[in-house]
Amino acid sequence: MRKIIDTVIETVIFICAILSIIFVVLIFGFLFKEGFAFFKDFGITKFITGKFWNPSSNPALFGILPLIVGSTLVTVGACVIAVPIGVMTALYISEIAPKGIRDILKSLVELMAAIPSVVIGFVGMITLVPFVRIFFNIPTGLTAFSGSIMLAFMAMPTIVTISEDAIRSVPWHYKEGAFALGATKWQTIRRIVLKAAMPGIIAAIMLGIGRVIGETMAVMMITGNAAHIPDSIFEPVRTMTATIAAEMGETVRGDMHYKALFAIGLVLFVITFIVNFIADLFLGKSKNK
Amino acid sequence: MSKISVKNFNLYYTNFHALKNININIKEKRITAMIGPSGCGKSTLLRSINRINDTIEGAHTSGEINISGKNIYDTEMDVDVLRRNVGMVFQRPNPFPISIYENVAFGLKVNRIASNKSVIDETVEKSLKAVLLWDDIKDKLRKSALDLTLERQQRLCIARVIAVAPYIILLDEPCSSLDPVATRRIEELMIQLKDEYTIVMVTHNMQQAARISYDTAFMLLGELIEFEKTEKIFTNPSRKETEDYVTGRFG
Ligand SMILES: Nc1ncnc2c1ncn2[C@@H]1O[C@H](COP(=O)(O)OP(=O)(O)OP(=O)(O)O)[C@@H](O)[C@H]1O
Ligand SMILES: [Mg+2]
Repeated sequence: MRKIIDTVIETVIFICAILSIIFVVLIFGFLFKEGFAFFKDFGITKFITGKFWNPSSNPALFGILPLIVGSTLVTVGACVIAVPIGVMTALYISEIAPKGIRDILKSLVELMAAIPSVVIGFVGMITLVPFVRIFFNIPTGLTAFSGSIMLAFMAMPTIVTISEDAIRSVPWHYKEGAFALGATKWQTIRRIVLKAAMPGIIAAIMLGIGRVIGETMAVMMITGNAAHIPDSIFEPVRTMTATIAAEMGETVRGDMHYKALFAIGLVLFVITFIVNFIADLFLGKSKNK
Repeated sequence: MSKISVKNFNLYYTNFHALKNININIKEKRITAMIGPSGCGKSTLLRSINRINDTIEGAHTSGEINISGKNIYDTEMDVDVLRRNVGMVFQRPNPFPISIYENVAFGLKVNRIASNKSVIDETVEKSLKAVLLWDDIKDKLRKSALDLTLERQQRLCIARVIAVAPYIILLDEPCSSLDPVATRRIEELMIQLKDEYTIVMVTHNMQQAARISYDTAFMLLGELIEFEKTEKIFTNPSRKETEDYVTGRFG
């Protein structure tokens, strides 16, 4: 009897695993099929380097350079904000904070990770956006800058949690060795702990970036969605993800515009894949040390 | 002349009384060995001499440890300066996960002993020569220290200590992760170093204590049982417990 139960459970688990693999393959297949069809019709260079995105003009323009610039700008901005704050927070939690504060901070960070991105977008829209408009005295607060700040909030939990892990797993005997040579606590952190934890911290940053690039809801609500190449971060931009989400409903299945959105998805997939791959590379490096 | 003088020294790990009223005078420019069964407090006493035990939560002390006449447990003692002057080599070689060169330069940089590149280069070379490592690795200074063999890692850790010019070197079972050949070579190194440094060494290996130390301290359950010339400890100890231990009746 117990043998039978075992076999049944094993089979169920096996089927689940196979199913999830099949789904992933199907999604890829679909993405590649539609995306490549578009590349063939429209031309990949024209697609990636085209400066204008205007699917409803005649002829329709499918240049995603403004979208790539939009995504890059918002993402880089988010990193510039989230990386220093995130890594410092991780350092504070793992090396400096007394136990009580450490526990509170850790739960706060976990709580932060649990906030749905629509909520972050919504709160950002009614608080941050007007603030940015008034503070910088610009026509609209729906800018790449506002998007970066909101995305930084979303990347922070990932960066803090994984960096903290990496910092905490730096062996005690490294620190002891540094103290024994007359190093102060801060010198030890800066010269030894951070160096030893660096692969893990880089992985944390990459995973944080991965999360931000794929983010859709909040950026759609906050960045203004203007598909043009901006002159500064204080102008509206539109990201690749927001474009797909906003326009998928307007397309006719199988037409050029529809396929173009899949092609954007493909580009996005390639970018996220590379980022995650780099993260894995560093994560592996920090584990087998 | 005594360099380190421990007076009525007690150490507690939270409530556990690990060192009980220790009194000992360690001579300058000699090798002093500390022996005793596992858990008797050898490492704890050694680690009290550079106050690295301060980093352990719950550790507190009473009594004095005087180095060159100054009580290192005085409130105005600068612990970082103390640790620069009293170097320590650990049981398991613990080079930092950075280059060989940076390992040796670390102490110079954090203590602001030298900032000039050529001075640092010179000290790195001198220190690595002192531990007889220079000729073997002078072309590999930029390589990670973790790629060295254990013996070389331990030599590097000694070089790292020598680089900041301490006057005391504490070694906690420095050979316990090394093979017998490497052990003999590190011992020879210590014999050379004792002309310039006061060396205190914890060891489990009684032959090692007999071979290289001048004085030997025997500890048991947190107490210092006997402290004498090494020869006397091993041939004619005054205390029964010492005799039982060195003749191998327990331990
Ligand atoms: N961090 C600590 N917290 C609590 N107790 C400790 C701590 N370190 C050591 N002890 C205890 O203090 C006593 C002395 O330990 P110590 O490491 O000094 O012994 P030792 O003579 O060096 O032993 P060994 O030969 O095994 O290295 C032991 O009973 C040990 O359990
Ligand atoms: Mg010990």
